[in-house]
Amino acid sequence: MLPGPLRLLAKIDGEVELEVAAPVTQRRLLEELERRYPVLLGTVRDAQTGKRRDFIRFFAEGQDLSHKPPDDPLPESVAAGREPYLVVGAIAGG
Amino acid sequence: MSKVRILAGTRKGAFILTSDARREQWDIQGPHFPGWEIYHVKASPVNPDRIYASQTSGWFGQVIQRSDDGGESWRAVGNQFVYEGVPGTHQWYDGTPHPWEFKRVWHLEPDLHDPEMVYAGVEDAALFRSSDGGQSWQELAGLRGHGSGPHWQPGAGGMCLHTILLDPKTAGRIYVAISAAGAFRSDDHGQSWKPINKGLVSEFIPEPTAEVGHCVHRLAMHPSRPEVLFMQKHWDVMRSDDSGDSWREISNNLPSDFGFPIEVNAHDPETIYVIPLKSDSERYPVDGKLRVYRSRNGGGEWEALTEGLPQSDCYVNVLRDATCVDRLNPCGIYFGTTGGQIYCSPDGGEHWKTVVRDLPAVLSVEVQTLS
Repeated sequence: MLPGPLRLLAKIDGEVELEVAAPVTQRRLLEELERRYPVLLGTVRDAQTGKRRDFIRFFAEGQDLSHKPPDDPLPESVAAGREPYLVVGAIAGG
Repeated sequence: MSKVRILAGTRKGAFILTSDARREQWDIQGPHFPGWEIYHVKASPVNPDRIYASQTSGWFGQVIQRSDDGGESWRAVGNQFVYEGVPGTHQWYDGTPHPWEFKRVWHLEPDLHDPEMVYAGVEDAALFRSSDGGQSWQELAGLRGHGSGPHWQPGAGGMCLHTILLDPKTAGRIYVAISAAGAFRSDDHGQSWKPINKGLVSEFIPEPTAEVGHCVHRLAMHPSRPEVLFMQKHWDVMRSDDSGDSWREISNNLPSDFGFPIEVNAHDPETIYVIPLKSDSERYPVDGKLRVYRSRNGGGEWEALTEGLPQSDCYVNVLRDATCVDRLNPCGIYFGTTGGQIYCSPDGGEHWKTVVRDLPAVLSVEVQTLS
């Protein structure tokens, strides 16, 4: 699930379903997202370094995965497509 | 019959406004890219249907959009702005070294001859160029590597390269301005650069006449006489008659010499316009009166243009890229405000009308004169 501005940018209606080879990790998932929607390159993470943008957070199963190593396997429920992986724009500003 | 098309960038999207040559009735389309900051939208002078837009967000970074049909449809092109080599450091606000970090594109300047070529002025200050319609970008690193780069310092809005002027008479000559480094000129298509700040005096920096460190807000030129440059500095309105090699102050009888934009009338290179603001800490019109000031003699004396503009309780700002002129005769003058208004004078500044009143804060205004 992407934040509204990125769904608008990529012309996505609702959730995105991605086919990712096992083991499913945050890095692989985001690489597949950017491969399928090149317009998102650089909007979630830095295109050169792969570093998460400062105002972006990642969640799944109620857990904050933002600071987990990107090559750690995602929870089985996310890898199987039962639970969403959430890309969230931080609430900032007034 | 001719018509005009305004390309407006705002805090929450882009708007395209069209009118016939009378410039009285306007059709408004938008917002394009709703919710995103649109720092600048500008069309190619040789292909008016080719338009570039800088779409940016503190959350999601930089996107460059391109239209090939006059703004009817858009597609994202390249957004990778990678500094050449090891970026190094510039000065932070407190004088400590701070690494160069790309933040956003402030200004897009399409080439005068090739619609596939476009320049981008970015924050942290650098100049990039694309020769494939915005798909890929290469830094013209001679500017940042000029030698003074480690001493550049950001202005209040960030360390941005906000002005790019392409000389139509001297091939390869480019002017840029950076807040708060100053003005620079290249005579070899952007490969090498020199600061052109002689004559500028900035009392708020440690060395008021330093080679770099001046907060230049805007440069303007008339295409028929590109060796004459006009400048709105943080304080002071300036003029150069030698391609920037030296400057002299032309603030004269302005009620304040603080402001952001400066423009030249399309049909008279000695007729120039500024919009004075009270001060750098109070960035709104003097006495709450929104007045454009015009000089018909290149800055010798200034007159207030007020008819149709609010003359009481007006406390908006007009940003540096939010003023432009069309090519019709008489020349149309346009500006947008942080209060969301766009104003147009179809007669060189004598009378003003509100084009639109309630847009998001206007960041930039460009106009195309179409036949």
